[in-house]
Order: sequence, then C-alpha cells, then structure tokens
Amino acid sequence: MNRWQFVKRLAPLLALMVLVLSACGRSDLSTLNPQGPVAQEQFGLMKLAISIMLIVIVVVFAISFYVIIRFRRRPGDKTIPKQVEGSHKLEIIWTVIPIIMLIILGVPTVQSVFNLAKDYTKDPDAVKVIVTSHQYWWEFEYPELGIKTAQELIIPTGKTISIEAKSADVLHSFWIPSLAGKIDTNPGANVNTMYFSAPKEGVYLGKCAELCGPSHGLMDFKVKSVDESSFDRWTAALQEPVALPSDPAVKEAFVSKCLTCHAVGDQGGPAFPNLTGIGSRQTVGGILVNTDDPKYSNEGSTEENLHRWIKDPQAVKPGNQMPKVDLTEQELDGIAKYLSDLTLDYQQ
Amino acid sequence: MSAHVEGQLPHEPEKATLEGRNKVLGFWLFLGGETVLFGTLFSAFLALRHQVLDGPPAHELFSLPLVAIATALLLTSSLTSVFATQALHRHDNKKLITWLIVTVLLGLGFLCLEIYEFYHYVKEGHGFTTSAFSSSFYTLVGFHGAHVALGIVWISLLIGQLAKKGLTVVTAPKAYVAGLYWHFIDVVWVFIFTVVYLMGKVV
Amino acid sequence: MAHGHAVKRHTGLMDWLTTVDHKKIGILYLIAGGFFFLVGGLEALLIRIQLWKPLNDFVGADTYNELLTMHGTTMIFLAAMPMLFALMNAIVPLQIGARDVAFPFVNALGFWTFFFGAVLLNVSWFAGSAPEAGWTAYAPLAGTTYSPGHGMDYYVIGLQIAGIGTLIGGINFLVTIINMRAPGMTFMRMPMFTWASFITSALILFAFPALTVGLAALMFDRIFDANFFDPSGGGNSVLWEHIFWIFGHPEVYILILPAFGVISDVISTFSRKRLFGYSSMVFATILIGFLGFMVWAHHMFTTGLGPIANSLFSIATMLIAVPTGIKIFNWLFTMWGGSIKFTTANLFAVGFIPTFVMGGVTGVMLAAAPADFQYHDSYFVVAHFHYVIVGGLILGIFSGLHYWWPKMFGRMLNETIGKLTFWTFFIGFHMTFFVQHFLGLLGMPRRIWTYLDGLGFNEMNLISTIGAILMGFGTIFFLLNVTITAFKPKNAVNDPWEDGRTLEWTISSPPPEYNFQQTPLVRGYDAFWKEKMEGKKGMTPAEPIGSIHMPSPSILPFFMSLGLFITGFGLLYSDGTWGSVGGIDTGYIIGAAGLLVTFTCMILRSLYDDHGFHIEPEDQHDGGVKA
Repeated sequence: MNRWQFVKRLAPLLALMVLVLSACGRSDLSTLNPQGPVAQEQFGLMKLAISIMLIVIVVVFAISFYVIIRFRRRPGDKTIPKQVEGSHKLEIIWTVIPIIMLIILGVPTVQSVFNLAKDYTKDPDAVKVIVTSHQYWWEFEYPELGIKTAQELIIPTGKTISIEAKSADVLHSFWIPSLAGKIDTNPGANVNTMYFSAPKEGVYLGKCAELCGPSHGLMDFKVKSVDESSFDRWTAALQEPVALPSDPAVKEAFVSKCLTCHAVGDQGGPAFPNLTGIGSRQTVGGILVNTDDPKYSNEGSTEENLHRWIKDPQAVKPGNQMPKVDLTEQELDGIAKYLSDLTLDYQQ
Repeated sequence: MSAHVEGQLPHEPEKATLEGRNKVLGFWLFLGGETVLFGTLFSAFLALRHQVLDGPPAHELFSLPLVAIATALLLTSSLTSVFATQALHRHDNKKLITWLIVTVLLGLGFLCLEIYEFYHYVKEGHGFTTSAFSSSFYTLVGFHGAHVALGIVWISLLIGQLAKKGLTVVTAPKAYVAGLYWHFIDVVWVFIFTVVYLMGKVV
Repeated sequence: MAHGHAVKRHTGLMDWLTTVDHKKIGILYLIAGGFFFLVGGLEALLIRIQLWKPLNDFVGADTYNELLTMHGTTMIFLAAMPMLFALMNAIVPLQIGARDVAFPFVNALGFWTFFFGAVLLNVSWFAGSAPEAGWTAYAPLAGTTYSPGHGMDYYVIGLQIAGIGTLIGGINFLVTIINMRAPGMTFMRMPMFTWASFITSALILFAFPALTVGLAALMFDRIFDANFFDPSGGGNSVLWEHIFWIFGHPEVYILILPAFGVISDVISTFSRKRLFGYSSMVFATILIGFLGFMVWAHHMFTTGLGPIANSLFSIATMLIAVPTGIKIFNWLFTMWGGSIKFTTANLFAVGFIPTFVMGGVTGVMLAAAPADFQYHDSYFVVAHFHYVIVGGLILGIFSGLHYWWPKMFGRMLNETIGKLTFWTFFIGFHMTFFVQHFLGLLGMPRRIWTYLDGLGFNEMNLISTIGAILMGFGTIFFLLNVTITAFKPKNAVNDPWEDGRTLEWTISSPPPEYNFQQTPLVRGYDAFWKEKMEGKKGMTPAEPIGSIHMPSPSILPFFMSLGLFITGFGLLYSDGTWGSVGGIDTGYIIGAAGLLVTFTCMILRSLYDDHGFHIEPEDQHDGGVKA
C-alpha cells in the first residue's frame, strides 16, 4: 500500500514536469507561453513562485514519505514512543526559512505591482483604447482616432496599448492570457487602467474573466496585432463610407431591422456592436470562428457563421441582447452575404 | 433559585451563578459582534454619503437642534441606566424598577423624535430610495433606531418580570445585560451623531 | 429548590425537535450538513458532466449558473459549516470536561435557524429560479436588473437566517470554552481541536456581522429598491466586494482551522505521541486567525485598488504561509519518531498534509498580485481553493468523523470500507483538481458554462470529470459504511482506539446525557494520557458524586426559527405575487406573522424561567463504568 501511495504521490510531480517540459499551451491563449512583455513579466514572477513552492513541496513530501515509511507501527507493537514537547531550534528553522523565501518572492512582487501600474493614459506614444464591456460583447473605442469597433481589438505591433476599462452593465474582466493579466471592468465612473503590447504580429484570444451572466463563458474576443502601416490603413478604412446592400429588398430589411441597433460606417445606431468591417473579423459573436476549413461545431465560413448567428442569436449565446429578428429566408441570406462581404482591406 | 429572600443575594447577583456569568460574558461577546455590524454599516455610509443625486445634500437636510435634543435624551437615559445598575448592586429592586422606567421613557422620547425626523426628511425629498446616500443613511440610523425600539420592548418586559419575580439570581443578570445593551446603543449613537450629523454639516 | 421538578421527557421525533443536548444537536448538524453535502456534491457532478466535453449542452447556460452558485453556497454554508459544528458540538464540551455548552437553548436555536435558512435557500430550486450570480453574489449582477427572478432573494434571505444560527453558535462556543472548562483545564492544556474551535468561534463572531450587513444591504437593494450597490442610484459595486470579502476571507479560516484541530488530535493519537510544539501550534492558530482579517483584498487584486493596496495585501497574504508552515512541520515532527497506526481516520489525516501543502503553496502563488492578474478567476483559482477546502477541510472532516464516530454513536465504522472510502475519494480528488491548475494557466476562466473545441482544454476536463465521479464513489462508500455500521451492536468501549489522549475517551461511548458523572480534575496537557502513563484507568474526580442539574428540552427554538423562515418567505414574495389584503401586500402580512411567532417564543422564553431538572446519583447508571 505504501509503495502504491509513493508512486501516486509522485505522479502529480511527474505530470508537472512533463507539462513544463512539453508545450505550454497555445501561444495565443496560454499564460505559460507569453507573447508580450507584460505577460512575460507576469510569467517570470510565476516561474519564481513555482520554483520556490516546488522546493517547499519537495521538502514536505520527502519528510512525509520518510516518516510514513520509517515510523509505521508494526502489528502488536505496544511500545510507547518518547513524548517530545518540541524543539526550539527546529521551530526557529521552519519559521525563519519560510520568511526568507517570502522575502525572495515578496520583493519582486512589489516591484512588479508598481511596474504594471504605470499610467500610459497621458503618454503620446501609446495607443489609447477605451474598453467597454457589455453582456456579452466588447466595445473598443480609440478616442484619439475617433473610431469604434467591437469584438476585435486591432493594435499596431510593438506599440504600448493604454487601456481604460469600464463596464456598461455588470462586472466583467478583460483578459488576454498570452499578452497580459486581467483587469476588471467596473460599472459607474470607476475606470481601471492597464497597458500591454504585442511585439509580434498575430491574433490573440481574449476572455471575460468575471461571472457576468449565462453567456459569460462565451464572451470571447480577439486581439489582432498588425504592423503599423496596416494599422493606419485599418483606421482609415474604418472611417470610409460603407455601401448598403445593393438588392433593394435586402437593403430595406437591413436598414429597418439591423441599423436600428447596429452601425455600419456612419449609418445606424451606436448602442450595439459596430458592424463595419465585420467580414474581415476572425469570429462572429466572439465564438463562431470564421474559417474555410471548419473542424469544430463552432467553426464555419464567415457567411455561414453570420447566417447561423442572425437566424437564432440566443441559440449561440444564451441571454444575449440580440433578439431573433423576423427575416425571410431571402433577407437572411442576403444580409449574411452582404455582411460577410463587408471587409476592410488593410493587410498586405 | 426561585425563592431568594431580600438580603440573601450575593454582592454581585448577576455573577452569582454559572448561568449568570455565562450570560454576562456571552452578552459582552455579542456586543463585540454588534460592533462589527455597526462598523460595517458606518463604512458603507462613509463610502456612499456623497452620492446624493437629486436629493437634498446632508448639510441642507439635517437640523442639528432636533438631533441635539435626541442626543441629550439618549445620553441622559444612559445615565439613568447606570443608576439602575447601581440600584441592582444595592439589591434595591424598587429603585431599579424606577430607573428602568425612566430609561424606557427617555428612550421612547428619542424614538419619537427620530420617527418625526425621518418623516420630515421624507417630506423634504430624502426618501429611502432617493440615492445611495439616503439608503445608507436610513439603514445605518434605522438599524440603530431598531436597536433602541428592541431595547425598549425588552426592558419593559424586564420591568414586569422584576415587579413580579423580584430581584433574584435569575433576574439580576437580565437587568445587568440590559444595562450593557443600553450603553452600547448609546455609544453607537455618539458615533452616529459625529459621523452622520456633524460631518454631514461640514460641506 | 425542588429536586423532583417534573420535566416531560420526550421520545422519538419530539425528542430530536426539542433536544438541547449538545451531543444530539451535534448529530442533527451532522445529518443536515451531510444531506446538504450530498446535494452540493450532486450539483458538482452535474457541473462536471456539463464540462466533460467542449460545447456540451447537458444543462442550459442559466441552469449552469444556478448550479455553480448553489454548489458554492451549499458547500460553504450548508455543508462544511454545519459538519464542523457537528464535530464541535459533539466533542468540544467533552474535551474540556463540561457537562454541556454554556447556552443549551441557544445551541438548539442556532441549529434550527441554520436548518430553516438552509431549507429556504434550497426551496428556490422548486420555486422557479435558484440563485445565479455566484456564491460571491457580485453586484450589479446580483441586483434586480440583471437577476430579475427570485433566485437571489432566496440567497440573501436564506443565508441571512442561516448566518444568525452560525453567529449565535460561535458565541456559545466562546463562552463554553472560556467559562466551563473543568478544574485544571487551563487554556494551555486544551486539546488542539478545542483551541481551533475557540479561534474559529472568535472569527465567526467578528466576521459574520459583516455578512449580515452585506446581505441586508443587498436585500434592501433587491426588495426595497435601495441604492447600495447600483451605480445608477449612486451605489458602488466595489463596496459589495469589500463587505463580502471582509466576511469571506475570515470565513475560509473559519472553515480550515477546525480541520487543523482535528488533524492535530488524530495524528497525535495515532502516532502515540504528544503533539510536537504544542504552544507554537496554539500561537500559529491565533496568528492565522488574526491575519485572516488583514488579507481580504487579495480576492480583489484585479478590481483596480491601486498598487499600494495590492502590494500591502500581497505581503500580508504571503505572511500567512509562515504560521501555516509551522503547523505543517509540527505535524510531520509529531509523526517523526512515533508509532504510526494507519486507521482510516489517520489515513485521511496523513493524506491531508501533502494535499493541504499543495493548496497552500498555490495560495502563496496567488498572493503575488501581478501573477494573480493571470491566475485570478481562472481554473487555477478553482484548483487552489478546492485543494484547501476539499483537500484540507473535507479530508479533515472525514478524518474527524472516522475518529469520533464511536464516541458520537457508540459504534466503530468498518475499517475496510473506510480505507476504500479514503483511496477512492483521495485519488478522485487529485484527479479532479490537479489538472485544473493547468487548465487555468492555459487560459480557461472559471465559472464558464462551456468551452470551445480546439483550445487544448478537452483532455484535462475529461480527466477532471472522471475524478469527480470517483469522489462520488468515495462518498457512496462512506454512506454504505455508515448504513452497515448502524445495524451493528452498540459496543464501542470508552477508549476504542486504545491510544486516546484527551478527556472524551475517559467516558462511555456515547457519553451519558450529563457527560461526566463527576467533573474530572485535569493535571496536564493530554489529560487522559497523563493518567494512563501513571498507570491509572481514569481521571481523578474533582467533585463528589451528586445530583446533576440538566436544562429542560424545549420546542421554542424550533418555532422561533420556523417564524424566521415564514418571515423570509413572506418578504420574498412581497412584490405583489400574492396580491394584497386591505392595501397591504400579502407578503408583508405573512412576514409579520412569522416575526410574531418568533417574538412570542422569545417572550415566552424570557418570562418563564427554565428551572431544568436534576438527575440523582441513583439514576446515573449509564455512565462512566460501561464495558
């Protein structure tokens, strides 16, 4: 039984080693595979903490196993062991050594707390973004550029992105695991700030990390890091006028049933996700991934995903604010087609 | 236990039995918990007191003379409850009952003033749902008022018991902890007077 | 004093409804807590079934949030707390050589308020909507705008009523331990479980009133349209987080400290050795309790409190590792040089140590605020707190139950089934929660209804679900053991483990209703062990045999709590659901009727003195000398 126990106790440690040595998860999602300096700094602290804690675990496990095996009671053993009151020397050792370990961890922790609290909101070189969370989507406003988008945060590679985060309804938390730790978005005037940057081009997964209602788990977003000239083209393209559907019936349905809440270009309402350039986004509704090579049930072409979403938004994201709009099959097809063609040409 | 004759009571009758000692200690601990309760209410009030929205702000709303009279009533009642406890220690049941009656009457006076005050504030547009300030104000002051009301009912029942059963090792701890309770709500009021009313007057 | 004071002795159900005997109340707590442990466990299994594969729709998103909320709330308030109270009630008076607790009537009241609060909370499942905003009930999600059903009303009112029971229970144990120790039982001779119960009770006393206020404020927001936490009315959602965690963090120490106490007693007994470093253990327990109040904002690192607050709370939190480390090493060195017997109780205790260390080290990792920005609200946190709560507290409770079962019920649990319970539960536990650390680090947030495919979460979630099922089997084995044992003869001796060190093992199993025929004289730490080592069979009595005074049973606690239940129910539906009578909402009328019942019972209790009754020496035959 004890050998069994020994192997079993060791198994978690082995599993840990295997995980550390092998892949550390997806590079666009894992905190163990940081893609930017902020996540890198946090990962450094995590590594330091894990190392110190592994020492503790190894010591405790070693003593445990030794004691359990060495001091088992033999059957029928009636001897009374020596009754020890304690040992000041030992007690001082296991008080002082943990304190030293905590100092080793505490000093960089405090340094890092202040480092990550730097305020870039006044920095002229930083790209400012106001993040507003909604049940269950993300609004990204670039106040200096006068543009707004949703669900996909486009950032220029290498630049510091200064975030001001707030919520339009309940608490949410803004988290891009591979780029930076999270910050809560609070309602009211309680605005939080953070910053991060992505030195490499790529698409990173963002998540909501505070229970916000039934579709909390589906409140994903993307951060897309593009080179600076592409970013400039994107901001310009976003401000260009957008043509409405050419088919008059589709146009009529789109204007009367979609633009009441959503905006394309300079038309429509501002309260819900801006649809300008939705055809070039990575996802529909944050979770229906647009791909020409669908592997999973949440993947499909942009047009298929739009079709699926508009047809029954509640089936995709339960409890979200978008109602099932009364559209004919032709109108639905036309609008899905129109939106999937609503692309922004900014990447080379 | 039921038939103690006057004069046979021990020096501190509230602590003469284990039950009595338990009751007194338990009550002190209960007041410790009450302190945290009011501490939390005060914190909530302090966090929200500037959120007046459309309602009248504190410095326009509060009328200090009225509150000062209420304060005087409650402070005096605390003094009379001390007299009651002293009478208890002298084993003087009649005086004890008399002072408790005075205490209850002063408490009733305080409560009436508070009810009038609330009524007046609601007419001024400072209702329970007006703003975060008003909600936290009524909750804090109302919790205190409810404690006063409960104390009045409790001490009134106690007066009846003392009159009927006399001062015994069973009734003495009850009278003693009632005195503790009354002091406690008096102390809380001193803080309310300072934090809510005086600080509210400072613009 | 009339000795033959006629007191009606009840039997059957009426006996359980009216009992004020701490041992019976302990059993009531155990039955109720055990029942809710099963309910919470069932909710956990449904959660794990929902998560076993990506994009699963076994339960709907709304139902999932109800399940996770009720799982957390049930396990913390309705399962863990009462099971601890069960052990405290059953054992603490025995360990200090007392005949009862300080306030037997209040003890019963505490149980019944807890019970009716718990029932009210769970009625929500049958009333259309269960609470859905998480056990933390963060505003504004917990407000009426975003949780319009009655679910969160059940949460605020049910917990409020249950919380009253816990609070008065805490005061009761404090007074009991301070005032009712046997002669010679100084504070520094008290068994560790009693010490832990003492500190836990102090934490309850100072933590629960904050919850009372928080719940009252949230209730005012929801039912009377107050504006505490609603930003549109000037309220502040962060205020709720502060109030909740000022209560909530001490609460986790309230839970874990008694488990520490159980482990200390069990390890010492089954190593046949005095607890190593007893005084530093006491000191560490007090320090943990004290620091427990200083660290609440480490649950709020991402709320945006600023770098100064985050640094201070980081450091304060890390400091807790020091007294906890002292405890771990003291346990290890209690076993060192001992003669360790691996009974089921001790298996749970020994299994606790490395498991709890794993939960503890992740706690220190979480204390580093910048790294916590990554861990916070991810599955890493889920893994952490299940390691300390299940791996700590639940293993501790299982250990304590196996250890004290003969003392509580007079029957020994079956050791073979016990070991089966341990191994299935223990392996299942590690399978369930170890992988969750990595799920969190790989980017899986907690409290999510489902997750997308292809993110690398699938395999570990499957492992976790299988582990949860194993834990379910472990629990079933325990129930099986209890059932089988219930049909065995009641033949446990005074000191069934033969190595008992403390006073509870000097009296019969189960003890007579007055516990000690003669109050024992305590001559040192490990009072019974000391006598045994000097060749004596039992304790030296501190008093002659005489008439023993007992409190009368009473039905009033039951009705007082029932009144509160009715009040809560009325308040819940004071929104016009049931119409109105004479212009007053029927809900309020029902609520007032409930309060009337409660207050009438209180007044009756105050006006009619309880003289109790006496057990004369000639009737004291079922104690102390059996078997």
